[in-house]
Amino acid sequence: MKKLSARRRHPLAALVVLLLALACTGGLYAAFAPAEKAQADDTAQSLAIDEGKKLYTVGCASCHGTGGQGGSDGPSLVGVGAAAVDFQVSTGRMPAATSQGAQVPKKKNIYTRAQIDQLAAYIASLGAGPAVPTKEQYGPEGADIAKGGELFRTNCAQCHNFTGKGGALTKGKFAPSLTDVEPKHIYEAMQTGPQNMPSFPDTTLSEQNKKDIIAYLNAVNGDETENPGGLELGGLGPVSEGLFGWIFGLGTLIAVAVWVAARTAKAKKS
Amino acid sequence: MSTTASNTSRSRGKAPGGERVADWADGRLGIYTLAKSNMRKIFPDHWSFMLGEVCLYSFLIIILTGVYLTLFFHPSMNEVQYHGSYVPLQGQLMSEAFNSTLHISFDVRGGLLIRQIHHWAAVVFIAGMFVHMMRVFFTGAFRKPREVNWLFGFLLFVLGMFTGFTGYSLPDDLLSGTGVRFMEGAILSVPIVGTYISFFLFGGEFPGGDFVARFYSIHILLLPGIMLGLVVGHLILVFYHKHTQFAGPGKTNNNVVGMPLLPVYMAKAGGFFFLVFGVIAFVAAIAQINPIWAIGPYRPDQVSTGAQPDWYMGMAEGLIRAMPGWEINLWGHTLVLGVFIPLVLFGVILVAIAAYPFIEAWVTGDKREHHILDRPRNAPTRTAFGVAWLTVYFVMLIGGGNDLFATHFHLSINAVTWFVRISYFVGPVIAFIVTKRICLGLQRRDKDKVLHGRETGTIKRLPHGEFIEVHEPLSQEQLHTLTAHDQYKPLQLGPAVDENGVERKVRATQKVRAKLSEAYFGEESQIAKPSVEEYKEITSGHGHH
Repeated sequence: MKKLSARRRHPLAALVVLLLALACTGGLYAAFAPAEKAQADDTAQSLAIDEGKKLYTVGCASCHGTGGQGGSDGPSLVGVGAAAVDFQVSTGRMPAATSQGAQVPKKKNIYTRAQIDQLAAYIASLGAGPAVPTKEQYGPEGADIAKGGELFRTNCAQCHNFTGKGGALTKGKFAPSLTDVEPKHIYEAMQTGPQNMPSFPDTTLSEQNKKDIIAYLNAVNGDETENPGGLELGGLGPVSEGLFGWIFGLGTLIAVAVWVAARTAKAKKS
Repeated sequence: MSTTASNTSRSRGKAPGGERVADWADGRLGIYTLAKSNMRKIFPDHWSFMLGEVCLYSFLIIILTGVYLTLFFHPSMNEVQYHGSYVPLQGQLMSEAFNSTLHISFDVRGGLLIRQIHHWAAVVFIAGMFVHMMRVFFTGAFRKPREVNWLFGFLLFVLGMFTGFTGYSLPDDLLSGTGVRFMEGAILSVPIVGTYISFFLFGGEFPGGDFVARFYSIHILLLPGIMLGLVVGHLILVFYHKHTQFAGPGKTNNNVVGMPLLPVYMAKAGGFFFLVFGVIAFVAAIAQINPIWAIGPYRPDQVSTGAQPDWYMGMAEGLIRAMPGWEINLWGHTLVLGVFIPLVLFGVILVAIAAYPFIEAWVTGDKREHHILDRPRNAPTRTAFGVAWLTVYFVMLIGGGNDLFATHFHLSINAVTWFVRISYFVGPVIAFIVTKRICLGLQRRDKDKVLHGRETGTIKRLPHGEFIEVHEPLSQEQLHTLTAHDQYKPLQLGPAVDENGVERKVRATQKVRAKLSEAYFGEESQIAKPSVEEYKEITSGHGHH
């Protein structure tokens, strides 16, 4: 005891006390914290979380903080849910490059399906958020295409164009084209509202509404969409039509006029 | 009359059937006299003289296809539920106008093709008028005696824009409805009377239940009726004035060198009609235009991005998009400058090109008739003005599509808008200066060619070792073509004082005119064309080499 009291004015004493106090608090917290959830997790789930945390530490922590709490370079991920992770990582938007333009673009996804699930499990473990939707939720069964079209024109077309070809937002940001976007990702985007997009939780657009919108998009901007009337010219409306009309309509006609004028009747030589 | 003459000469046997029909018609319509004076009417040959024909034929195509469309279109805004064959709109509420347009597109035989021919022909028609107008402008074909015809043409262009706009609005789809709303906003921005005009036009608050029916009357009756009259007048004047021609050997201000209307020109023009129809039908068969089924029915609470008008209204769209949203609030009234100024500028830009011929005529004071066209380089100030005007026009087209320029070139829409704003002021000035310099450069080159001949590229070494390039003198015809144009002298105001030493009174307008004239024709603005003396001196000098 004497030995300890003799060192109580040692420069490092405060540090030791602090460490002890921290260890105490931590220990008490570990003992009394609501541990039911952790106990309820089956081994596979907690394993996935562990693996996800490792992946997170390598790929995400530099911006989003070591515990997903966010930082100056990235928002907090507590409560964003597995749906957000699945959308951002599967479409290659996350991890983002260190120097970004106005908006993080879609790019090649570098994670495997399993890794994305592990990451999603880890982020979901940080706080409750929307889960990855199931095929029943975004599949075409039981969807009303026409209703989806109406909802799309009401809620989505002002940024994404009437058949989801995309559009410009301020200062270099943009609403991306929805061509070739997987139904699951469209569902997740509506659910979580990535980047500049507002989110449409089930209270705003019900599960059925989302299903309808996805079915509509698949009908008008999918692989099997027919284009009555010929080339779609990008589906962008009058600007591309005007350009096409000038170049291929009037341009061809001028070429024809030049051709006709060059073939003039020659005066007969007497 | 000619009938009696031909009958007596062919007393034996009957005249051939065609001749008898012609005789019958001549006795009642006097076609022989008409044909005699017009059959041999001469038209000069140049591809650019056929641009007007492109417009005429596409106008005819629009009328023909338009008549077909009226058979199936219901100009009504009554609400109906869709039960046609396009699945993604099943059961949706829409106006009868939109419903019948869907019906034309999917359920009427050939309906979609006719609709697309109609719309593509309209796009080509107005583009054709634009290019035709520019041809007339840059070659100075608007000079006396054709000023009235220039105005007819200009009116056709403007009416074509509005006919196109009303037609584009008829299907009552989301895109065109947004366009009509845009137009209503522009009308509302007019101080004092704007609200009244809007209520008068829409029969109450926008959108109401009337505008499709009203636009329909305007689109199929009022505007095309006026346009048809103007087209006829335009063509009569072309006949009356005779066609202009480019300078060349044998071509004078008093003759027209070319091919006779019958048979050569008629065959060519008739064939060209089918070529125009063919090209437009081909374009309509391979490319979609205004896919209203994808756009959806109009509802004032909905809007899509990329909501642009057809290209001919793009300038107006650009002006609105580029204009900062200024407004003044005074005594409970709002003056929306952000919309009203673009509306005024839209008119000003159009009138500027229409009024130009009269300004030029006033500056030159030239009262002569002109049937020989200018080469654009020989009228540098006019050409520069035209290019400056085109610059404003096309900058505004970029402004009208600023969102698509932003997305497709990965730019910021704000940067595109600022580019448009700055270019609106700077662009025409640069274009004017550059074009004028280019014209003067070309004039110098022409002068050089006349005086020194064509550069052959053949290098010759003279006995004393000097290398020279052999220049080949131009032919007499080429010399004529390059020197046929007139050059104006700048207007002189005369001495400031008269013979008694009293200051002469010069009107302010005359002073302005003299200034402009100096700008047009002063030493800085044209290169004196080679004179006969210069030519003789130089060519004789060559002989002594």
